[in-house]
Parts: sequence; structure tokens; C-alpha cells
Amino acid sequence: MKLTEQQVLHVAKLARLALTPEEVSTFKRQLSAILDAVDELAQVDASTAPRAPSGPEGLAHLRVDVVHGEVGTQTALANAPQVSGSSFAIPKVLE
Amino acid sequence: MKTLAQAAAALASGQTTSEALTSDCLRRAKADPFKAFLALDETNALAAAKASDTRRREGRALGALDGIPVSLKDNILTEGLATTAGSRMLEGFRPPYDATVTARLKAAGAVVLGKTNLDEFGMGSSTENSAFHETRNPLDPARTPGGSSGGSAASVAAGLCFGSLGTDTGGSIRQPAAFTGLVGLKPSWGRVSRFGVVAYASSLDQVGPLAHTVEDAATLLSVIEGVDAADATSSSAPKTDLSSLRAGVKGLRVGLPKEFFVEGMDPEVASSVRAAAETLRSLGATVEEVSLPHTRYALATYYVIAPCEASSNLGRYDGVRFGHRTNDARSLKALYENSRAEGFGPEVKRRIMLGTFALSAGYADAYYRKAQQVRALIRRDYEQVFQRVDVVLSATSPVLPWRLGEKLDDPLAMYLMDVLTLPCNLAGLPGLSLPCGRASNGLPIGAQLLGRPFDEATVLKAAYALETALGLQFAATGGASTHAAR
Repeated sequence: MKLTEQQVLHVAKLARLALTPEEVSTFKRQLSAILDAVDELAQVDASTAPRAPSGPEGLAHLRVDVVHGEVGTQTALANAPQVSGSSFAIPKVLE
Repeated sequence: MKTLAQAAAALASGQTTSEALTSDCLRRAKADPFKAFLALDETNALAAAKASDTRRREGRALGALDGIPVSLKDNILTEGLATTAGSRMLEGFRPPYDATVTARLKAAGAVVLGKTNLDEFGMGSSTENSAFHETRNPLDPARTPGGSSGGSAASVAAGLCFGSLGTDTGGSIRQPAAFTGLVGLKPSWGRVSRFGVVAYASSLDQVGPLAHTVEDAATLLSVIEGVDAADATSSSAPKTDLSSLRAGVKGLRVGLPKEFFVEGMDPEVASSVRAAAETLRSLGATVEEVSLPHTRYALATYYVIAPCEASSNLGRYDGVRFGHRTNDARSLKALYENSRAEGFGPEVKRRIMLGTFALSAGYADAYYRKAQQVRALIRRDYEQVFQRVDVVLSATSPVLPWRLGEKLDDPLAMYLMDVLTLPCNLAGLPGLSLPCGRASNGLPIGAQLLGRPFDEATVLKAAYALETALGLQFAATGGASTHAAR
């Protein structure tokens, strides 16, 4: 599968990644080569495939829905790039 | 002394102290020419060592790991100690809590020396994709130690610690172990808690040990394994029964999958694995050829599923709550797009792009859904083979450690290096790599043993027998791999 430049830009938009023109060109070439290689999956007859597994053996434990070990506001904010009072700060969303 | 068991015996007999061992390890790690570590935690390591010595003096020693210096891959959270996952995105991030595996090691008295280098977020096979520096192979510094747990492997192989925890999503414990002459174990999916481990591909990721011997790896597994209320995907299966570790392989049925002797495989690797099979046969095992017909699709399956899960998991790095934030954030959209563009390296961006595409409208059925179906077929291949044999033996890597820089320009060539380790993750099996031979250039050759889900005991038993029979030893260049007793 060969990707076009427009497809690369569309995927970058979905992935929230700003790409340089050089990256667009490199990814167009590299992702096309990778997709060519994985296109062999189309040859596989998967009509007899069992339902995809969803968890490990014995996975049946859900813990009681009780809050414990919470980190607290100051600890949670300690790694934030920018804070305002007890909140994470972001640029203005509405003008 | 070199192994964890030897260090534990020296501590138990009073021949040395944890403080002496830890000081020695820290001194070596600070002068490490292979650059295994991203960060050392000198103050806390020495404090933990002294506390261990006090416990021992007072007759309260905790067990085989008490006072033993270990390292952790830098995608495993350590409270208050920087955890970067090898990425600029997390530079300076100090976790507010320990991963469950970190907490379990500490509770067993282990001394955490520091954090080891990795390919960014675990994405790579050579540790050259770290945002900070590359790590060299202690057995030949011109070559890669493998990846992504290359720093963990180098830290053990160079004698900077007695064991390490890595993570394995497609071979990232087993391949570095093979490249550095170590034992590396990827437990069954669900065997070890992933709570507090930086997520790459959640249905494939597992934490496991790298160590000098099978016994050391088993000791580390016994401390970190077991159900964890904080990880709903951790299994309540009984812990690994190690009582049969030395029981031998008489009557064990070993399968040699014909599809694992791939085109382009180094002939020395292939012959070494066949010789290992003969060794097992001479010890009383039966060896038969088996077929895992969907093996040829494992690479394509992995390189759809892992990037899809990565694109979702790495969505959390948005420059808001933690991690890198751009200075160019005129709008919320620019904040997201520029923070991620600046914080992620090229391989991470490539996999996020690939996964986002494979999950996008119009393509998800052809790629993601199809890959999940093929994954189920791969898993079924193993279920059928494990009705006939107890373990599957193959090479860990089709090639010997390559020279640094050799494969950096071609991502697809690098992906091909994972071809023998990926199926184990796709099928959720336990997989172990151990040295099975020495190539003509002196480098180690790794053999991989796969077992039934949650049957680590049989894999370890077979590995122990092979290790004992082969008696291989590998030394870091400069003879830096053994510690003198005090």
C-alpha cells in the first residue's frame, strides 16, 4: 500500500503530531514500505480463526471499587509543565 | 563473584556486606564505558544497603534478594527517581509512586542502584533509539547490546549489578540477553503486574528478569510475579513452582519448529541451536520437529498490533499533566501537536503514525482486525503444538549482535531482527533466552525456550539443564564482570 502525502498529513492530524516537510516525505516512503510488508496479512485465510483472546487465563478478578493510594493534588501537579492554583494550566481555548 | 546467588551466599556467610557490594557497583557504574545507566540513585541505594546490613546483623534478613544491588529499565516507575522511558518527552519526570515490581523488589530488600537505558518507550532492537545516548555491548563495545532492554543487559553483563528487570513487548528482554551472554525471561502475559510500567503495547508488554544464570532469573521472577489488585490483567494463577528446577529433562518433549530456521539466518546460530537440541536429547529429552505454520505472519501481525496499541497508549503525552511542553503553544491544538513533535523521537513517531493509520476509518478492518484474527491463528498453532511437546526450542535472534549504526537507516531491516521473538508475545507465552554457543568471533549465541502459558516452571527446568550441561561463560571486555569479595 502506497501512502500519498495527503494521507500522511491526515494521519499526522489524527495523531496530533506536527510534522516537518522532510518528515512527511520520509514517513511517506517508510510507512509505504512497512505497509507493503504487512499487506501479506491479506493472504491469510482467517475464516477459521478463533475469536481474538481478550485476556490472560484466570482473568476474573475485579477489585472492589474503593479509592485507595490516591496521590493528592500537590503530588499530581508536581510534574505538570504549568499550573494555576490547584489546576493544570493550558492555553486559552475560547477567545 | 558474579552471580546473584554467589552474592547472596557471600552476604549470608558474612564474607561481604551489602554496603560494600553496593559501593563497588556504584563505583563501577560511574566509570562504565558501555553507558548502561541513564541515572544512578547513589544516596538511596547506599541507605537501602545499610538498612539491609542492619537487618542481617539483627537476624532479620529477608531472603535471597536482601542487600543485592539490581538495576531497573527506565520505563519502570521509581518513586522520586527520574523515569524517562528513554524519551525527551519524559525528561525530568519524577514518578509519584513505585511500579508494583519496584515495590516488590524493595520489599524483598533489593538495592535499586539506578535506571538503565532503552530504546525510546521500548521501541527498538538495539538501544540506539534512546533519546539520550546509545549503550554498547560489554562483550564487544563496537556492537549493540540488543534492545530495547539493552541498558539492563549491559548493566548485568558488565558486572555493574547482579540482576535487572527489563520489559519485553516483542523480544526486548530475550534478544539483549542473547546478545550479551545472559539469561532473560519474558513471563507469560499476566504473570507479572504492569502497574507503573510505561505502557507501549498493553496486550504484549511484560516485565521480566535479566541475570547471569537461570537460577538467578528464577529468584527474581519469584519476587516480582503474582496477582496485583492494581493491574486487572495480572493473573491469579499460582506462583511458579521452582521445586523441580534441578529435576533434569528426562522424558521432556522438546519441539524444534521448522519455520524458525528462517532464510538469512546466520549458519553458526542455526547449528548452535541444533547442537543444543542434541544436548537436551543426550540428557534424556525427546526432540521432534514441529510446525507452527502461521509463524511467517507474526512479523506483519506484530507490526500492526503493537503500533496500534502504542498510538492509543501514547495519546496521554499531551503536554498538559506531565512530560514535555512546547514553548510554541498559541492554541490548545498547537500545544498538543508541537509538544508531541518535539518530545517524541523518529521511531516513536513512525509507530504512532503507523498505528493511527491502521486504526483509521476505512483501514481498521484490513489491518487491525485482520491482524487480531491472524494473532488468534498464531496462538492456536502453539496450543496444538503444546499438546505434543512440553517446550519449543529455537534461536532467540537469527543473527549475532550487529555493529552500532549498521541498521539505523532502514526501520524495516531492524524490525526483521525480531522475527523469532515476536510470536511468544502474540501468543502470551513464557519465553526464555540463554546462551547456547559461542560464535567464531567469540560472541554469544542465544537459544529460546517457549512454554505453555503459565508453565514457566518447565521452561526454567529445561533451561537449567541446558545451562548446566553447556557450562558457557562470557566475560565483559577489560575483565570488569566479577566482584572481589571484601
